[in-house]
Amino acid sequence: MSEVTPLHVTGTVLATRKVGAFHHLTVVAPGIAERFRPGTFVALSVGADGSDGGTVRLGRRSFWVHKVRPTGGHGLTLEIVVEEVGPGTRWLAGQPAGTRLAVTGPLGRPFSLPKEPVSCVLVGHGHAAAPLFPLAERLRERGCGVSLVVAGDDEAHLLSALEARRSARAVTVVTADGSVGLRGRVEDHLAGLLEQARADVVYAAGPTALLHAVAEAAEAIGAWSQTALEEPLVCATGLCHGCAVPVVGEDGAPRTARACVDGPVFRGDRVRWRDLQGVAR
Amino acid sequence: MTVTLAGLTLASPVLVAAGCGGTGRELAAYGDLTRLGGFVTRSITLDARPGGAMPRIVETPGGLVNAIGFHNPGLEQFLAIELPWLVRQGARVVVSIAGSTMGEYADLARRLGSAPGVSALEVNLSAPDATGPHVFDIREPFQAGGVVSAVRRDLPRGIPVLAKLRTDVFRVVETARTVVEAGADAVVIGNALPAALPDGRPGGLSGPAIRPLALRCLADTHAALPDVPLIASGGIGTVADVRAFLGAGAVAVQVGTALLHDPTTAHRLVTELEELPGEAS
Repeated sequence: MSEVTPLHVTGTVLATRKVGAFHHLTVVAPGIAERFRPGTFVALSVGADGSDGGTVRLGRRSFWVHKVRPTGGHGLTLEIVVEEVGPGTRWLAGQPAGTRLAVTGPLGRPFSLPKEPVSCVLVGHGHAAAPLFPLAERLRERGCGVSLVVAGDDEAHLLSALEARRSARAVTVVTADGSVGLRGRVEDHLAGLLEQARADVVYAAGPTALLHAVAEAAEAIGAWSQTALEEPLVCATGLCHGCAVPVVGEDGAPRTARACVDGPVFRGDRVRWRDLQGVAR
Repeated sequence: MTVTLAGLTLASPVLVAAGCGGTGRELAAYGDLTRLGGFVTRSITLDARPGGAMPRIVETPGGLVNAIGFHNPGLEQFLAIELPWLVRQGARVVVSIAGSTMGEYADLARRLGSAPGVSALEVNLSAPDATGPHVFDIREPFQAGGVVSAVRRDLPRGIPVLAKLRTDVFRVVETARTVVEAGADAVVIGNALPAALPDGRPGGLSGPAIRPLALRCLADTHAALPDVPLIASGGIGTVADVRAFLGAGAVAVQVGTALLHDPTTAHRLVTELEELPGEAS
């Protein structure tokens, strides 16, 4: 088991940058960036600096870490990608540099990395593609071939497609409206992309339907899959049991796992996708 | 700042409320469990429960509505894995129990009473979200009393029974009196309030929104039953809250929902009470 102890600190928004439909926030959160591993995430307080006991908005908001890098005078900083989907993310996207936030992380289990230099395909959709960029770097350091598939509804919802070329051998762009790259859903192109790359391992982050398709496509060619689930999290720390994921245990028995501490990354063949998608949300 | 409760000496008057500390391991990342007055487990049932459908927790102004549905591994797994881990940490373990029938409560009491390291049992008489066939529906004080006497009968004398009631202003005093007559050593006031998720499913409202109600229930019960040890719960998140409840007659307090916003809350309150024990609220 590869567990990293999370920290709960007061962080500061260092910079906010709007890129397409997303807001990229650079956050100083002492100690957290140093512990980061691709696939782990951070939970932020929204609506206040966290010291009001959550009387404004009690639930935390969870974000993938897109980049970890040294920023002059602040040591390592985290870059997270915020898409405005509700009042909490809207509040966060509108905060100026200097805003203080309670930051907890790194949380969850990271992507497992292969021991051998195998061929890896990374598939990400929308803002959820964020954790695949630091993952691509780690995989390349290990000598793995990395093919990156970046997908989105349209050009504005494509995450860092240009930067992707720096971290991957091959980059494929897919948009639903065909404004850039291949037109349609990633699911429709998966079989061809995996075959072309002779994938040994497929990593994916995005909507549940995409993750399910990736898990099945990987299984069909005998590849491993690692899927990063984006379930709604309330505490994000494992305390509340609010983020149920139906899985199959190593003994083959059905179980209910927690997305935040047992995941967010699960082996694709361990998730009971039909039960997960059957859930009302 | 130690307190004495039903013959137990607690390291602090601050305990973790049932269902808000994960399995204990997750909370231990943010502080030493031995510093807390006690760790109350999530409610354990005789058989494993997968828990309810998603979404299980929804944010609401000043609180959360939850319908976790008793997600827990069942008594066997709890005794084999979770309890020994908590005991090894040196935590003061209070096991919360819930059953579908009177017989299940008695079975749970008998098995847990002989397990090493159990300091007390907290009998959940007030689940706000699960009714009908899944959990014994304790609507009336005499039913609550029946469950408590069944538990008391099957438990060694040295292990106190804490009865956790609803924050129901109209029935709380009568229910408290009945459970004490039935053998409860202390009364916990109280659980989340019966509420509904936005889709209409039954759930429980907790957090700062219910704090004034919890305080009223506690004060009324203390006035009617001044000799009964009371443990307060319901929206407690600051040291001022702790003092208000202790001032109204509580011997100790439980911190629950606040931990889902900030996992360091309980430890912070322990420290603040130690640093400023005499400061007036």
